[in-house]
Amino acid sequence: MDWLLIGIILSAFFLLGFSRLSSCIYIVALQGAMLSALPLLAKGSFQELHIVLMSLGTFAIKAVAMPFLLTRSIREASIRQEVEPIVSLHLSLFAGGGIAVLAFSSIKALPPALPPFSPMAVPVALTVVLIGFFLLVSRTKAITQVIGFLVLENGVFLFGMNLVGDFPAIVEMGVLLDLLVGIFVMGIMIYHINRTFDHIDTRVLTALQESEEETE
Amino acid sequence: MDLFFISLCLLILSALLSFLSRKGTRHWGCGGVFAGSAIGLVFSVQALVQNLTLTKSFGILLPSLSLTFGIDALSAFFLVAIFGLSLLTSLYAWGYLENQDLLLPSLPFFPLLVASMAAVVTAQDGFLFLICWEMMSLTSFFLVVTEHKLREVRHAGWIYLVATHLATTFLIVFFVLLYKKTGSFLFDDWALLISIPPFLSGLLFFLALVGFGTKAGIFPFHVWLPHAHPAAPSYISALMSGVMIKTGIYGLLRALTFLGLPPLWWGGCLVGIGILSAVFGVLYALVQHDVKRLLAYHSVENIGIIMTGIGLGLIGIAEGNAMITLLGLGGGLLHVWNHAIFKGLLFMGAGSVLHVTHTRMIEQLGGLLKKMPVTGVTFLMGAVAICGLPPLNGFISEFLIYSGLFRGAQSLSGLSLFLVVIGIVGIAFAGGLALACFTKVFGVVFLGEPRSCQKEKIHEVPLTMQIPLIVLSLLCLLGGIFPQFVWSSIARVLEVISPLPKAVLGHGDGVLGLLHPVVYACLIFLGLGIVVGLLGRLLYRGRTIRHAVTWDCGYAQPSPRMQYTASSFAQPIAVFFRVLFRPHLQFQKPGGIFPGPSSFAVQIADFAERIFFQPLFSQCDRIFGFIRKIQKGRVQNYLALIFMTLIVLLLWEVWFGI
Repeated sequence: MDWLLIGIILSAFFLLGFSRLSSCIYIVALQGAMLSALPLLAKGSFQELHIVLMSLGTFAIKAVAMPFLLTRSIREASIRQEVEPIVSLHLSLFAGGGIAVLAFSSIKALPPALPPFSPMAVPVALTVVLIGFFLLVSRTKAITQVIGFLVLENGVFLFGMNLVGDFPAIVEMGVLLDLLVGIFVMGIMIYHINRTFDHIDTRVLTALQESEEETE
Repeated sequence: MDLFFISLCLLILSALLSFLSRKGTRHWGCGGVFAGSAIGLVFSVQALVQNLTLTKSFGILLPSLSLTFGIDALSAFFLVAIFGLSLLTSLYAWGYLENQDLLLPSLPFFPLLVASMAAVVTAQDGFLFLICWEMMSLTSFFLVVTEHKLREVRHAGWIYLVATHLATTFLIVFFVLLYKKTGSFLFDDWALLISIPPFLSGLLFFLALVGFGTKAGIFPFHVWLPHAHPAAPSYISALMSGVMIKTGIYGLLRALTFLGLPPLWWGGCLVGIGILSAVFGVLYALVQHDVKRLLAYHSVENIGIIMTGIGLGLIGIAEGNAMITLLGLGGGLLHVWNHAIFKGLLFMGAGSVLHVTHTRMIEQLGGLLKKMPVTGVTFLMGAVAICGLPPLNGFISEFLIYSGLFRGAQSLSGLSLFLVVIGIVGIAFAGGLALACFTKVFGVVFLGEPRSCQKEKIHEVPLTMQIPLIVLSLLCLLGGIFPQFVWSSIARVLEVISPLPKAVLGHGDGVLGLLHPVVYACLIFLGLGIVVGLLGRLLYRGRTIRHAVTWDCGYAQPSPRMQYTASSFAQPIAVFFRVLFRPHLQFQKPGGIFPGPSSFAVQIADFAERIFFQPLFSQCDRIFGFIRKIQKGRVQNYLALIFMTLIVLLLWEVWFGI
């Protein structure tokens, strides 16, 4: 059980250190796969149908569908690398370490995970949430923004699972649907930004705002 | 409760269908509201008459959070008004929206608005209430900005959005404080609260008053009303002014059931605010040139009257005087229904005028009574009702409040006596000015001769738009001559609101005894009127009747431009209150041997906007100006700010523990 948690947290760190976008997408897929396996392993049984189904659904969306969509959109936008992160890769690894320390040191302030999950799961979830957030803040390409968003969602997913001790079906379905829509929108946006501006740097979107003001 | 949920589902479904449908937007939207509100109306009338108390909880969806709908007499009372007016509005909208492609895109929000209003008054836990409340605000916002291509409509929309969200922040604090106190979001648990320290209950009362009062449109938080109502399509103005602002009254009454016995100052506060709203509302109404803006200010006035009634009821509770409580709260509640009826009628009448003449400006209208007899006569009925004249329904509710005030003047002393006397003077003053105001509107718009811009052909509106007007004006009449049937349901609502024991509330017979002579007098008056009318017919039969121009003034060649205008009618009063109005005059006198173009324009800014909100917001702008430097429009910047806030909060939690 714990090795899965370690795997999840490590994958988050890999994301902080990698600049090749395709490897980032593989790692996110891997993280999603580990996440979908977690409840099955925690329960230790394949008897309960809805857990198996939810697990498969999570796997299908997090580890297959979304990475596929992302891969397609980087192919269409033909970019490979995060060239100019706001925070350099080395520094972001350090920041990730700091986040992990913060999350694990705040363990007593957080509600404990419910029985089938290990007590380590809550700080791991918090770390993943914050690292996802950090990715959102520190990267400029629209693709990496989506990846950060996915990592953030994985963390939230883990968090919810730990605190409820189960798959709260409605919540997760809602979140997954939300996310899928979000990815679609972002995919379309990436495509259009790329076509209109010849790049997908979200910092330059401010140009859009000013031109709007002028027309007002 | 099943019927209620069926009605909600129908409304939501019709919103979806009218959104998806390309050609049938109007059919699905209006038809859905019609069907949904008809079912809802059946349910709510049944619930009110049989005094049902039901709850239905959906706790399974979300862990540790339940969504509870429920109905009691108070909910049912408002539900009847909401569904009843929506039913008529949907019929009206059917005719109003025909061949109006510009107004159609916002129609899917119409069923949603009705559904969310119904959900607001039936929500039985704070969380659900806030969700429905926000839904109601947002759907009505989208309806207000229907004609978003016009600059003033967008402006009105923003004012409304800001006002309603500021109000909601107060409500969120209100609900969270109650949650902290009880550990539950259920209204039932909150109603069981007995001992709240006076400071906390006072704070809660203040939060509820500002939060709900902004929606209701009390002075000085009424500033969004005169902007939003003229901007919205007329059927929506009728719905918003008729019932949506009443959800604020509902919220306030519901909040009062949580807060225990009210101290005297709550009642005094409500009476004071009520009188201020009534007087300022009617004063500003008098100097408006736009029919719908004028009606919006009258909503402020009527909300003031309702607030005065409720405040009087609270004074009665604080003083332990059951009769005053009955008269005050009962009169206020009755006025909620009555105002829904006649304000719906008036806004729809104004909408019909707008529909036909394409202008809302009073000064450009005239002589419509001959061309649009049904609209004219029903508008007159609504105008008489809103002025509180017998034998229509507005008179009955104002009569109850008046008699409560007079009773208070006889039996109370000290501060409450002072408040009650202020109440009497204020309401009488507002009533007189309302009469002047509607004389102006009806006289200028419907009587006299057609004015400048009415070259096009004026005709009566289609039948679907006439029926709601006729039904509402009949309701005005029925409410005036048979109030005793309504009273029994009001007595049940009072049992929910008032913490006084039921035995004390048994005084209902006393109120009926008070009403009977008045009702008989009204009936006799009505009968006399009919008899005189018939006699007149009889006497003039066989004689020749000569028709002549209305305004002659001794001129040889009178033209419509020589008529009395609305501004000149209101001018004496405007001059009398010029200290308050501070009119901004733009007068270019004709001069020279060959006089050039001359013009005259008056602009009157709202007192509350000028004195309170403009300085407030410009100060805020000055103080928080530095935030603009942070807002550069880069996603990463905003995210970084959120990230840092989260980290700081986490550290705070870990190190200090909240």
